Amino acid sequence: MHIQDYWLILAFFVLVLVPAPFLGRYIFRVMEGHKTLLSPVLLPIERFCYRLAGVDSQAEQDWKGYSTALLMFTLACLIGLFAILMLQGRLGLNPEHIAGMDWPLALNTAVSFVTNTNWQAYSGEASLSYFSQMLGLGVQNFVSPAVGLAVLVVFCRGIARRSSNSIGNFWVDMTRGVLYVLLPFCLLLALFLVWQGVPQSFMAYVHAKTLLGADQSIPLGPAASQIAIKQLGTNGGGFFGVNSAHPFENPTAWSNLVEMASIILIPAALLFTFGHYVKDLRQSRALLASMLILFVAGFAVTLYAELQPNPALAALPIEQSGAFEGKESRLGIAASALWAVATTAASNGSVNAMHDSFSALGGMIPMLNMMLGEVIFGGVGAGLYGMLLFVLITVFLAGLMIGRTPEYLGKKLEAREVRLLVMTLLVMPVGVLVFGALGVSLPGPAMSISNPGAHGFSQVLYAYTSGTANNGSAFAGFGANTPYHDVMIALAMLLGRFGFILPILAIAGSLAAKKSAPQDGNSFPTHGPLFVTLLTMVILLVGGLTFLPALALGPIAEHLTLLQGF
Amino acid sequence: MMFKQIRPALSVLVFMTLLTGAVYPLTVTAIAQLAFPVQANGSLVRDAQGEVRGSQLLAQGFAGAQWFQPRPSAGDYATVASAASNLAPSNPALAKRVAEDAKRLQVAGQGAVPMQLVTTSGSGLDPHLSPAAARYQVARIAAARNMPRASLDRLIDALLETPLIGPQVVNVLALNMALAENQDLSRAE
Repeated sequence: MHIQDYWLILAFFVLVLVPAPFLGRYIFRVMEGHKTLLSPVLLPIERFCYRLAGVDSQAEQDWKGYSTALLMFTLACLIGLFAILMLQGRLGLNPEHIAGMDWPLALNTAVSFVTNTNWQAYSGEASLSYFSQMLGLGVQNFVSPAVGLAVLVVFCRGIARRSSNSIGNFWVDMTRGVLYVLLPFCLLLALFLVWQGVPQSFMAYVHAKTLLGADQSIPLGPAASQIAIKQLGTNGGGFFGVNSAHPFENPTAWSNLVEMASIILIPAALLFTFGHYVKDLRQSRALLASMLILFVAGFAVTLYAELQPNPALAALPIEQSGAFEGKESRLGIAASALWAVATTAASNGSVNAMHDSFSALGGMIPMLNMMLGEVIFGGVGAGLYGMLLFVLITVFLAGLMIGRTPEYLGKKLEAREVRLLVMTLLVMPVGVLVFGALGVSLPGPAMSISNPGAHGFSQVLYAYTSGTANNGSAFAGFGANTPYHDVMIALAMLLGRFGFILPILAIAGSLAAKKSAPQDGNSFPTHGPLFVTLLTMVILLVGGLTFLPALALGPIAEHLTLLQGF
Repeated sequence: MMFKQIRPALSVLVFMTLLTGAVYPLTVTAIAQLAFPVQANGSLVRDAQGEVRGSQLLAQGFAGAQWFQPRPSAGDYATVASAASNLAPSNPALAKRVAEDAKRLQVAGQGAVPMQLVTTSGSGLDPHLSPAAARYQVARIAAARNMPRASLDRLIDALLETPLIGPQVVNVLALNMALAENQDLSRAE
């Protein structure tokens, strides 16, 4: 660790935590239709969108209507994007004459971007036209986090409202999320990134003769605009194949800091948005504390593991320092470890170093972060609604312990809500363990593994964890682009997205309909250190314990083998 | 209920496609091309004749003892598509490759080979080296070019970049461009 590493870590937390309360309040005001600084510019655009769509912005939906609207919109996005990817060879804006994708890859990619996963089984500079990048993927980068945000505010309203059948209007929530929350910040971030060196151009690739006379093709494209939303919308799908390790995607230490902070910026702010909905910011701070504990613990382990020399190289006449395979010089080990933890804590999935080449334990923490269900900050909206599920489970368990009907912020949890909660608990195990077990057991799919031994198992485990958790990062040596994995990971992504969203909308609907129980002195407080401890333990036990055997077979086995010297 | 949502679903998608897929990237492009034309077009490096010789941000291969060599590249410095080795720390292929590179690069009396010279980067296009990894090559280059080491050390120092929140690095293409110009000078003498 050098002095600049401490500055980097400090700057990261300042950039994430200082704006959070203000941005959180702003998002609350936007989503509830209050006037904000940007209203004079954006309100006419917003109204135009509703007129075009024939939407009455004052009319609210019940949870079933809201779910239907959300599903119809997702379906339209899925079909539209699938068609664009298949037909990109004929759609123009394609100076490199890139052909259409095969259907399994197009399906995988379409599902991936519609579910805010951004798993990439292709390399952008070689497989996508500018048309597909901008009008296909770029659009989903905006609307998929806005859908997550919409579901979150519905959950907040469910807790905050009393005896109400309606929970909001999907079209309004989604549109406001894009217009007021994502677009303005993306515009600023994109310009900052161009300043740092990210290309933003529609020209064809430039042909250069290198100093020694070789041919070099310099890829360009509207990269900065796409990278900005990729970071802010917890999308993670790189413009270039190697994502933010690419010097065009992440040119300097400063671009790296800002891209990294952008991953967590909105998820951290949403904690405060929640606090404004339930009119109790102590709740926000309690959840923030729990997330920070898990984040810092994971970061400490990853950083420590990455700084250790690789025992397999101990006998060689080389500098015995931390793992540098797959990492960039201008970023270094600390920035790579911090990014890896941030991108998997939030369901972003962009990378600035290759996780496949991380030390065994350094690669395990990103996996564990995803296995916990992406609740440590998590995706835009998705992280906090996942966290709130854990809160409800904690409240339920605490209720069992003290022998009272569990209640959260005045809302009683009854059989129906608990049944729905348990459903969401099954999503990660099914996606990771069942699909993952198939992936390693079937002879054909197991051919995609590129590293021998325990690490090969980790590659499959990582792929299905990333898909189900809607993260999108990878142990990228894994040959993901086979028809089998394209389709199965697409299924895992759909399961991971809608296996949470639909039960959550149902819970929100049922909570909104309840009366608020008076909070007497006997109810279990959900903002103190005791609750934070309990919640953190529940996340680790309920979320993590399921996966301990799998982790023991993968990264832990690899770590022990390396220490043994094979 | 489902069919009533078809119109909003399609029209909101079209609206968003125009706004976030066209207006937004075009706006960014327009401002970027005006405000930062060099960066927006790939930070191209041109020679005295105006020919494009590469990008400041993309590594290129430099075989030969007389050049600063960038970090090894898993994709042999290919730009389309960029590539990483994705070798696991436990993969014997990694230890084998590092051993071979270390043997080739080691200079007697200079100690261990810096880590960056024997590991491939995440992008395969890492344009930089740490100062230590650049200085390790000074003796070899000085011998090959028959020039004093001190002037190479001075060149590295002059091109060092020191961001407050990131590691010190030096750009390999910039070093080699300087060497190329210097070579022309020494020939003229």
